[in-house]
Amino acid sequence: MRVMAQMGMVMNLDKCIGCHTCSVTCKQAWTNRAGTEYVWFNNVETRPGQGYPRRYEDQETWKGGWTRTKSGRLKLKAGGRVKKLFGIFTSPVQPELKDYYEPWTYDYKTLIDAPAGDDFPVARPKSLITGKDTDITWSANWDDNLGGVHELGHLDPIVEAVRRESNEKIKFEFEKTFMFYLPRICEHCLNPSCMASCPSGAIYKRVEDGIVLVDQDKCRGWRQCITGCPYKKIYFNHKTGKAEKCTMCYPRLEIGLPTVCSETCVGRLRYLGLFLYDADLVGAAAATENEQDLYEKQLELILDPNDPMVIAEARKQGIPEDWLDAAKRSPVYALAKIYKVALPLHPEYRTMPMVWYVPPLSPVVDLLRDQGHDAEGAGTLFGAIEELRIPVEYLAELFTAGDTSKITEVLRKLAAMRSYMRGIALGQEPDASIPAAVGMSEEELYEMYRLMAIAKYEDRYVIPQAHREQAHDLEEMGCSLDFDDEVGMYENSPFGEASGTPTPVAIETFNALRDRQTSGEAPSADSLRGRVNLLNWDGTGAPEGLFPTKHQHQGEPK
Amino acid sequence: MPAETVGTWDVIVWGVFPYFMLAILVGGLIWRHKYDQFGWTTRSSQLYESRLLRIASPLFHFGILAVIVGHVVGLIIPKAWTDAVGVSQNFYHFNALLVGGIAGIGTLGGAALLIYRRRTTGPVFAATTKNDKMMYVVLVGAIVFGLATTVISVFEADHTHNYRETVSPWFRSVFLLQPDIASIAAAPLTFKIHTLVGMALFVIWPFTRLVHALTAPIHYLFRPYIVYRGRDKQPASPTSATQRRGWSDVGTSDNAKD
Repeated sequence: MRVMAQMGMVMNLDKCIGCHTCSVTCKQAWTNRAGTEYVWFNNVETRPGQGYPRRYEDQETWKGGWTRTKSGRLKLKAGGRVKKLFGIFTSPVQPELKDYYEPWTYDYKTLIDAPAGDDFPVARPKSLITGKDTDITWSANWDDNLGGVHELGHLDPIVEAVRRESNEKIKFEFEKTFMFYLPRICEHCLNPSCMASCPSGAIYKRVEDGIVLVDQDKCRGWRQCITGCPYKKIYFNHKTGKAEKCTMCYPRLEIGLPTVCSETCVGRLRYLGLFLYDADLVGAAAATENEQDLYEKQLELILDPNDPMVIAEARKQGIPEDWLDAAKRSPVYALAKIYKVALPLHPEYRTMPMVWYVPPLSPVVDLLRDQGHDAEGAGTLFGAIEELRIPVEYLAELFTAGDTSKITEVLRKLAAMRSYMRGIALGQEPDASIPAAVGMSEEELYEMYRLMAIAKYEDRYVIPQAHREQAHDLEEMGCSLDFDDEVGMYENSPFGEASGTPTPVAIETFNALRDRQTSGEAPSADSLRGRVNLLNWDGTGAPEGLFPTKHQHQGEPK
Repeated sequence: MPAETVGTWDVIVWGVFPYFMLAILVGGLIWRHKYDQFGWTTRSSQLYESRLLRIASPLFHFGILAVIVGHVVGLIIPKAWTDAVGVSQNFYHFNALLVGGIAGIGTLGGAALLIYRRRTTGPVFAATTKNDKMMYVVLVGAIVFGLATTVISVFEADHTHNYRETVSPWFRSVFLLQPDIASIAAAPLTFKIHTLVGMALFVIWPFTRLVHALTAPIHYLFRPYIVYRGRDKQPASPTSATQRRGWSDVGTSDNAKD
């Protein structure tokens, strides 16, 4: 047994309102750079829908993920190592910009610069790729909401699969049936096929927390990872010629903060926490013969953080105590393994994804309400879940490789939680038969309700910080001893004050703040080495240096 | 060869320039590898266009690999060795012309297609730097003159020049630090031009995107699929001391930094 820690995420799809705040804040934080205009580390897809890039789930076309050979071994779907190497001169199945979209901006300048004339000036769309005029024909969420389902829903590979396996009449009612949102980031898989596809070995999984990263210095732009990733969550920065991907905001996680997408999520639907898993068994689990068993096998990889044997082994592997403690309190462990309501996205790709989803009950509830039923009653809901085959089959194609029984199980638990807690909220006697019907105790169901419905910040995000012994490596500078706390200590560069390494902002602000607090007057210009720090200016008077002075000797710093 | 045929220019071009070229090539590569890992990439343009690339790029790359093999055989293996194993000059020459000619035409055709694509596909042309353009001129020059030597020797079948008695000995002698200037001085002009342009290509090599050829990922065949790695001990934060080459901002004038 080789115990490793993995930072995982769970998204509760019932709560997603499709506001795209996660996508926008992620983009602002990570991909508002040249060459990444079309890159969305986080995107939100309306399902049924084609996704981003279009039809990425159609692995017969895109060849992402793994397949199992007849001899029971795992092989990249795009081919073995030799075949991959022969394909480096031109990647055989890499999506092009037209499969994403051509990013654009608007010529806003014309609006204010245009000479006076008879017509209103307009801001024409300009391609961010060529800089020329462009026609906007698609975007990362062009078929958002009902913008596309009616006309384009049939292009959804999952719809195609469901239709293949279901009877004809679904076809005509399908578009009216249901709709939900699917936010997607990198899955930070246990068995990542992007990593296996990388000829340079630039993609790696961090030993400490399992986050999958691209070493920007080692990446040579062979772009095999883009084909390799079945979720198409590796993007090619066309300016730098390097692959980029979601970093799970590791700089934030290292200091105990949730990712940007989680922090800014309006619906508070994301959970972050640790899994402990057995790294030795990953390969065998991923090579399971029956695709529908992959979800179970993936669950088996995840170890019980309360098991003394697991703890002992984890200690032997050097996992720190605070991480073991965090693993015990992990909300993602609870949702995925204890309550079994979170499911992996497309387990059939055999990558062992570590971003899990609680499938939405809402389509079922909405349908019942529209039909005039008591949509929250346990009896109605339980019956409807079995009855309303279409959403269940669709969800099964997404989360359990088509096994509808597991989806039904999860939805029944969610329905049980809803009606049981509604009873309590209405002041009725708690109905113990409801949790019993889904094989849970009343206490368990209540705990699940606490985690999923109350969802306190500290319950949703249990993020152990990067370990303390290494903490100073994560500070702004390499070595804190270079910067003493004496004012003026940082003016020691041999070639004058502007030479050498810049003083970290934290040190400078700290010194300036202390100077102001102890001196009783506004910070003087010399304490800031000729600059004015307006962050410390409380508005009293004009600090020296705010306005240019006549050449005057200020005297030596203290 | 009589010594009188070696002039001052011959000494400079064939005796000094090769070492200058080697110094720049080796020094430049070490420098680039040390200081510009981030810039060391193929800078693929497949995201913009792949219909033409699908034909042109493999044609060029497999062609040039064959050409490299041909050069290694022609330049490094002495004629005496092939004679010793009973390969006649005519047989060798026929094969060299046939295989070399096919590889050369493939390479040139691929390069021509690539350049056509680069010029006519808007996004690809927009992503072409001055450095790329200069590199293309030298690269295509080397290929064209190289192919010219082959084509000329096909049409001058009777009194074919045997480069294995002029260029090759010089090539080997350069690495023995005793440049045999007289040998190459006796070679015809086309060979000299091809060699010169080739050396120019090696001079600019470390400073262009051509460096990606030197990190051909052969080790992919032998490494494990899953790579585990510990957290970086020295994070390069944007506020910290060493500002390395890296990501740039989207260029609009109102959010330019500093």
